[in-house]
Order: sequence, then C-alpha cells, then structure tokens
Amino acid sequence: MTFRYDAVVAGRGVDLAFDVGPGETLALLGPNGAGKSTALTVAAGLLRPDSGRVVLDGRPLTVTGRAGRDVLVPPHDRQVSLLAQEPLLFPHLSVLDNVAFGPRSRGASRAGSRAVARRWLGEVGIEELADRRPARISGGQAQRAAVARALAADPRLLLLDEPMAALDVAVTPALRQTLRRVLADRTVVLVTHDALDALLLADRVAVIENGTIVDQGITSEVLARPRSRFTAQIAGLNLVTGTWRDHAVLTSAGMRVEGHPTGPPPRDGDPVVAVFPPSAVSVFLDDPGGSPRNALDVTITHLEPHGGQIRVRTESLSADITARAAAELDLVPGSRAFFVVKATEIAVYGT
Amino acid sequence: MAAAPSRVGVPTWIFVPAVAGAVFVLLPLAAIVLRTPWGRFLDLLVSPASTEALLLSLRTSGTSTLLCILFGVPMAVVLARTSFRGQGILRSLVLLPLVLPPVVGGIALLYTFGRRGLLGEAFEVLGVQIAFSTTAVVLAQTFVALPFLVVSLEGSLRSAGQRYEVVAATLGASPTTVFRRVTLPLVLPGLVSGAVLAFARSLGEFGATITFAGSLQGVTRTLPLEIYLRRETDAQAAVALSLVLVMVAILVIGFARQGRTSL
Repeated sequence: MTFRYDAVVAGRGVDLAFDVGPGETLALLGPNGAGKSTALTVAAGLLRPDSGRVVLDGRPLTVTGRAGRDVLVPPHDRQVSLLAQEPLLFPHLSVLDNVAFGPRSRGASRAGSRAVARRWLGEVGIEELADRRPARISGGQAQRAAVARALAADPRLLLLDEPMAALDVAVTPALRQTLRRVLADRTVVLVTHDALDALLLADRVAVIENGTIVDQGITSEVLARPRSRFTAQIAGLNLVTGTWRDHAVLTSAGMRVEGHPTGPPPRDGDPVVAVFPPSAVSVFLDDPGGSPRNALDVTITHLEPHGGQIRVRTESLSADITARAAAELDLVPGSRAFFVVKATEIAVYGT
Repeated sequence: MAAAPSRVGVPTWIFVPAVAGAVFVLLPLAAIVLRTPWGRFLDLLVSPASTEALLLSLRTSGTSTLLCILFGVPMAVVLARTSFRGQGILRSLVLLPLVLPPVVGGIALLYTFGRRGLLGEAFEVLGVQIAFSTTAVVLAQTFVALPFLVVSLEGSLRSAGQRYEVVAATLGASPTTVFRRVTLPLVLPGLVSGAVLAFARSLGEFGATITFAGSLQGVTRTLPLEIYLRRETDAQAAVALSLVLVMVAILVIGFARQGRTSL
C-alpha cells in the first residue's frame, strides 16, 4: 500500500480509515460537511488529528495519540500536494513562475524549474499563457495552471479538494478530461460530491456520511448499486457499460444506446460508458418509436418514493417519474416497460 | 462620474459641524502657507543651522525606519501568524508607545540607556555613551515609530490570510522560502505604507528626542527641535522650516494612501 490513512478528528466528528494503492485514484464522495476535506487537511499536515496514523510509502507522516512519540511531518516535507476548489495562483508571479514554484522550492535551478513548468503547462494545454499574470486569465485557465503547479512539484500523493466545484459548468468537461489524463498513473485522493467526477477520475470510491465511510469499492459498482442513502440520492446515475460500435454504445446483452461522446471521440471497439440521470428517463408500456430516442426494454424490479417522485428501478437502471404517471401506467414489480431516453441526454465517456 | 449608488440621505445640519471640523484642520495649514516669507524662503532653508538640522533629521529618520523594518517585520509576523499564551497582553504592551506621551518615552529610554540606566553601565564598560548622542536620536525615533509599522503590517498580514502560504508549503516550500517568496511580496504594499508612516513619525519626533538626546546642534538637534528653538529668535525661519515638514507630511499621506489602495 502506498498511502494509508487512519485518523480521528473528534472536534469535527470525523473518523476515517482508507488506503490508496500505488498509481490509484480514490474518490471520497459525500455531502458537504461530511468530513471529506478534513481528511485532506490531515493528510497534508495542516491539521493535527486527535489520534491517527498517516503513512506514505512506508514513511509515517502523522502519528498522534498512540504509544510512543508523536510524529507530525511539516507540510513542506511530505511530498503531498493539495489542489483546492480555488486555484490560488500567487498573484505576484507569472503563470510560468507559479508552476515553477514547486521545483524551485525543492532546489531546482531557475532555468531548470522553468523548463519543468513549461512542460506541465503544455500538458494541461495552456502553454501560451506562461507569461500572463494570474489576474489576466480565466477561472478555468487558472485551475489548469493550478493543476500544472501541483503536478510540477512532483508529489508522491496528490490531494484534490473539489477541483471543479468553483468552475463554470461550461469548462468542467474539458478540465475533467485533462485531469483524467494527467492523473492516470498517480496516487491521488479526490474529494468530490459529484458522482460523475468519481466515476471518471477514480478507480475506487469511498462514500462518507457524518464522518464515517458508509460504502466503498470499485467506483462503477458502488455507483450502480448504491448501499447508502447519499449514494442513492446523488450518485444514482444510470451507467450503461459496453463498447463503442457505429456511433452507439453496444452492451454485452445486445442493447444499443445512442448518446453524445464527451471528450475525445471514441473509436469503434473502445470500451465506453453511457451516463444519464434517472430524471432524463420516461417510462412507456409500449415502444414509442421515433429516431432520436433510445427505448430500452426492461423489467421493473421495484418502485420507491424519491424526493416527491417515484423512482422506478430495474436490475441496473432507474427512472424518476411522477406519482400520477406511475399510477396511470399501473406499474408493479415484474411489469415489462420501455425506458425512453433522448440521445442528447446521454453522455458517453471512454473508460 | 458614473451613476453613484443611491444612499439614505444624511441630516442636513450634520454638514455644519463637519465643515467646521474640516476648517479647523485646514486653516492652520493655510496659515503656515500664508505666513511663509516666500522672498527669503530659500535663504532660510539653506542657512547652515537649517540644513544641518534637515540633514540630521533625514539621516536619523532613515536609520530608524530601517531599524523599524528590521525588527517590526518579524514582530508583526509573530503577532499575526503564531499564537501563544499572553500574546494579547504582549501586543498591547509592544504597541504602548502609540499612546504613550513621547516625553515619558524619553524618560524611559534615559533610565534604560542613560549613564545610570538599566543597561547604561554595561555600555559604559564598552566605552559607549548613548544618551545625548545621535544614536540616542535614532533610538528615540525607533521607539515611537516601531508600533506604527507593526500595526500596519500586522493588519496587512491578517487580511492577506494564510491560504497562499498553505499552498506554497504543500508545494514543498520551507517556512523561510514561503516567507521570502510568498508572504513578503503579498504584503509589500502594507509594508511600504507602514514604513512610510514610521518614517513620518520619526521625522516629527520631538518629546522623546529632547528628553533622551538633548538638543546639540549637528548632533541631536533635528528639524522639529530646530523649529522650536528658532521660534524664539527668528519666527520667519521657523515658519519656513515648518512648511518643509508640512510638505513631507503631504507626500507621506499620498504614499500611505497608494499603499492601501493597491492592497
């Protein structure tokens, strides 16, 4: 195990334990105030837990409340970088010198650290902004620069605290794609309340509620079969995995789902996942036809009230419809029905 | 001017005391300008006693400003960025010279560095006499000016917050690197305006200087002391020299304002 975390912060009622393997990304998913960010501040050495043990690559970083001497390695000596919601670029340095800050602080020469910085700016796609001041670039560009800065410091562990929460929705898909690429082989802990971030960026997810982990496992499995109320509510996305064939997702069961690819277009045969929220699904008893729609032939397994609506569940999918619609359709567990979703409501991602 | 945000009006009568107050502050300044003997202005300024006093003032105030930066920056950082038992009391005591009558400060310095003072004997052994020397002038000015720099910079440090410093630390920067490359550049405007305030306070120092350093021409007689003495013998010269200090004060206010707006 590369990173092992086990700490109690009594004042905030947070008691978490998790491991992250080498090159793995773990998402801490949960509602606001659940204790996700507290875990990051402990891992970064900014908060001393009441008791706990944090170890990175065999090196104890924080050991408190145990027999023997306490260990509290200062933040700068941990090789742990933290990327927050806001980019927090140093306003008095150019974008290039912001990114060069990490290597320069670790003893690289001015020219050497700038060369590293240029490479990372290229990696996140904003090489041309190198000489700008942070005040003169957009929020999305600033967050890209912050990602480059965190990675240029060459951390053994990267902590991401809701890196896309403060950004315009228009720029998040592109940044998400960039993160997917640059985080691929890194050891990362990602805090988010967005199930899509967890799905696309993380290998595993730990769902946190009220300061404890209530559910964890492989991301797609946890999201598809939520065991906690929060996962069900926020992460209850429909995920259809398959391969990309002829501009649609073909599942192993032979189902065909049309959607629009987000990010780099997949090629035929690529493994992909189609993602759509239950609210985008309408339920019909007969196949309504019509070209821009997907009609999925399903068997209802159960019906449950969900936020003023009725959630209609099948083995792997769910739909939210009004109580009146559910009554008119006379749905019961075991009914056959068609889940109909517009292709424009379905996002397709390469996996 | 663009459309101003509409506000709730203030009572009309309030302008009367407000204007009276403003006149009270501005009229004496106008009086100095009006009473300045413009015909002899340059001659008065370049008289040996005046230039000597002016140069001594600039030299000692510059030195004391440097001392304020040297000691005040670390003091402000410790007050703003650490916490320890008794910190509040310590802050109040350190800032005491802000409200202490300068003449009391002079007495206090005399009983610290004077010949029979707390540290006076130690200096005596080393063959150094501080009281009634130019060094004493610098010490008196530093004593009264230091709190200005500390207060100004501590405010800047607090409003700048620690978020950038935290980021810098997680990027691997040691506390010294964080201080040098992040903290100082971020609070530079506050430091500049604090230093300008300290310089102005040093330049105007009178009470502590005359008590602790005396009034020896060329050695401890700074510009305010010179003005006070000249008033008896050559009132016109006193007015001319006063105008110099008024102009310096106006420059200082300009600098301090600039420092604040760029924050």
